[in-house]
Amino acid sequence: MVFALAGTITYAGGYRVGVQGQRALAMGHTGVAVVNSAELGFFNPAGLVYLENKLTISAGVSAVFSEVAWQNEATGATARTDNPLGTPFYFNASYKLNENLALGLSVYTPYGSTVEWEDDWAGSHLVNNIALQAIYIQPLVSYKIADFFSIGGGPIFVTGSVNFNRNLSRTLTDIEGNRANVTIDASGVNEWGWSVGALFTATEDLKVGLNYRSEIIMNAEGGEADFENIPNTPLAPFSDTTFDAQLPLPAELTAGLSYQLNEKWLLAFDFNRTFWGVYESLDITFANGVVSENPRAYEDANTWRFGAQYTATDKLTLRAGYYLDESPVQEGYFAPETPRNDSMGFTGGLSLEVTSRLAIDTSFAYIRFDEVDASYDHYVDENGQNIPFGGTYKSVAFIPGIGVTYKM
Amino acid sequence: MKNYIKYFGILALGMVACEPEFENPVDDVDAYSNGEADFSNYVALGNSLTAGYADNALYITGQQNSYPNILAQQFAKVVEGDFDFVQPLMADNAGGLLAGGQQITSNRLVLSVVDQDTLPRIYTGMEPTTDILNTLTGPFNNFGVPGARSYHLLAPGYGNVQGLATDPATANPYFVRFASDPGTTVVADAVAQQPTFFSLWIGNNDVLGYATSGGVDENDITSQQVFTGAYTQIVASMVEAGAEEGVLLNIPNVTDIPFFNTVPNNALVLTAEQAANLTGFFQAVAGIFTQVLMQQQVPQEQAVALASQYAIQFSAGPNRFIIDVPVTQTNPLGFRQMTEEELVLLTIDRAAIPTQGYGSAAVGPEVLQVLGLLQQGGQPTPEQAQLVIDAVNGFDDADVLDNQEIQRIAEATQGFNATIAKVAEDFDLAFVDAAALLEETATTGIPFDGGVLTSTFASGGAFSLDGVHLTPRGYALIANETIEAINSEYNATVPKVNIGYYGTITPSND
Repeated sequence: MVFALAGTITYAGGYRVGVQGQRALAMGHTGVAVVNSAELGFFNPAGLVYLENKLTISAGVSAVFSEVAWQNEATGATARTDNPLGTPFYFNASYKLNENLALGLSVYTPYGSTVEWEDDWAGSHLVNNIALQAIYIQPLVSYKIADFFSIGGGPIFVTGSVNFNRNLSRTLTDIEGNRANVTIDASGVNEWGWSVGALFTATEDLKVGLNYRSEIIMNAEGGEADFENIPNTPLAPFSDTTFDAQLPLPAELTAGLSYQLNEKWLLAFDFNRTFWGVYESLDITFANGVVSENPRAYEDANTWRFGAQYTATDKLTLRAGYYLDESPVQEGYFAPETPRNDSMGFTGGLSLEVTSRLAIDTSFAYIRFDEVDASYDHYVDENGQNIPFGGTYKSVAFIPGIGVTYKM
Repeated sequence: MKNYIKYFGILALGMVACEPEFENPVDDVDAYSNGEADFSNYVALGNSLTAGYADNALYITGQQNSYPNILAQQFAKVVEGDFDFVQPLMADNAGGLLAGGQQITSNRLVLSVVDQDTLPRIYTGMEPTTDILNTLTGPFNNFGVPGARSYHLLAPGYGNVQGLATDPATANPYFVRFASDPGTTVVADAVAQQPTFFSLWIGNNDVLGYATSGGVDENDITSQQVFTGAYTQIVASMVEAGAEEGVLLNIPNVTDIPFFNTVPNNALVLTAEQAANLTGFFQAVAGIFTQVLMQQQVPQEQAVALASQYAIQFSAGPNRFIIDVPVTQTNPLGFRQMTEEELVLLTIDRAAIPTQGYGSAAVGPEVLQVLGLLQQGGQPTPEQAQLVIDAVNGFDDADVLDNQEIQRIAEATQGFNATIAKVAEDFDLAFVDAAALLEETATTGIPFDGGVLTSTFASGGAFSLDGVHLTPRGYALIANETIEAINSEYNATVPKVNIGYYGTITPSND
């Protein structure tokens, strides 16, 4: 019944516009083999031990402007999201104990976006609005095994919340014509995971990195389900209750390299594989025993990332990047809370050294989605009828960000 | 630092480009074509079906789902510039009308569940607040007046509150609410809107009033001549007013409406014992009546022949009901069994069928006593004999449509529909065969993405709880068919709606 809850998670993968570091993002969100700043805490903790300074801090925040438009040519119906500004942030600190060992702490918000359609729009039986917050907190250790090889990693503590609203059907209203709807709310959902990375320094100029972040299954237990505008009739037996649901955050493997072409130019390449295959179906169990099964049938998805950095002057560094992001969503499973098809990211940015210790990092990313005709074919209405919801979707996202790098 | 600020400028530019745009946006004004029609000022004329009446009442959400309002929302997609479609909305969703605080029409029907019985009941969850003395000021686009017949649209004073009290009433409370002045006509007010396009769905009440009353007053069917005259004049007035394009809808057959086909005429379901008893009773009636006739000097052979029609046989299972008919020489007792084609009205008191033997016989203890006497070969007194004959409890004429009435209705409908089709042709207007559409709904049903829309009462989805008027989904079906007719007549490409998004009946226990 409340399958759109799944969207919160797919949003993380599907809308996973990586914003875990302005320097990396400016280079197409590459970073598994780029030793540049404490952003490595997210991208590859094995690299922290190579940072030159005793203490390195990278922190920043981005503004996610995203919008999705939908239209149906047969009926002339249209809708647009009116998403509030998303503000994912990160904080990475690395402290070098000695030449071979560094400790770190990273805090980042990889799942922090919101989709808000107009209430009662054509797809409101699938989703009116959805909001997800997840904060990752990760202590790290980075250890140099040999001059050319280091490893790093640490446990991840995740605390998350989700709020989701949709209409109960395409037509059910109260006597005044107000659409019957349900809001699902779960907060303070805490889980643990881990990540581990390795970094090879093949030659002075070529680094190869590998990083793996574990799958984390979010267990929402005792969340609140709030029903509104329910007509007073035994024919619509809905009342406020609680629910349990499991939401998988799939594992992700990143492999990549960086190459210092000359004094000015650094090139980077990352490959991500996100193991979305774990996400077959979202099952929600309500307190009254009713179970809602919502097929998702995601498949593992890849992202190819390319980045370049140009050291223009002592104080100014310019960066640019590109990535190609495959959608885990398969044909017939295109739900409007996850209006996600393959996309391309165009990124750029710069760092400006204000003092020898402090630099300001900026980035921007423009995410381009092809216009796509798609449908979600697995909605089952109150009469057991399978009703597809389809149309043409077009999404864009624009993400300016600013951060600081502090070295001591 | 100056350079740095310059880069921020580039970022800001990028943000402006953030809006997703389709290659062919459907909300572009030329995404769909209005063809040769000018929808910029659409005016709808008609009766309850145009007003959005449903569940035996007019209420806001029903009006919002009137077929003209659904049409208008689609027209808005092809009209350049401002487009308004204003309806004389009721004050609430309870539906009843007040006149000076006194309720004059009942609230809407809702589907309520009481003791596991799921039945339409009158909504009592709130007091009605629409007082017809609170008149509305236009301009309006929807001139659907519930209860109106063809000629009513041309009748001066149809919106004059004084005309409600006359006998017969010459005004309509719904038009009283929004007539521009007491003397105006519906068509005059519509013409004053300077329409560019119009729809007309009228004539249903010209036959339906007769039909829904069970055909009790034959005069109730409008004469063919009056209908044709009024209909032509309405259309001519609209065309002259500037609405050179428009669409006309014809009248559905009553047999396709749940009001007439929900209670089967053979719903008298009997056990073998009950059937035998009832057969015995009617044999007794025939026997007694034979005696009565012979006492009136009718020759025995003739008496037996005449009375034998009352020896009606019943069998285990479904049996057709008994109805009252006018007393004639060939049917001196004035009742008979229904024929296969005859129809029972939805409003019949269904509870009385088992409890009072309505549609068969009310056999009480006194009658049983007489029957026992007869069985033993006894001779009943005239009073006792009369008791038996009086126990026959056929359906009242007002609760059924008999063959003759059905025929009259069918002829009238056919005649009116011929007029409508001809006027559409004469004036080069789009034409919707609503009769064929509702026949298809009643027979095969209309498939849509959420199942099949049928005319089955309460559950079929097309008809509201009064069994005559449509649900929002039913009105959406009409709107789609109308769009199709308009597109074809005027080479337009107005998009249709998905009827699955329109609701059906409203459940409520309030």
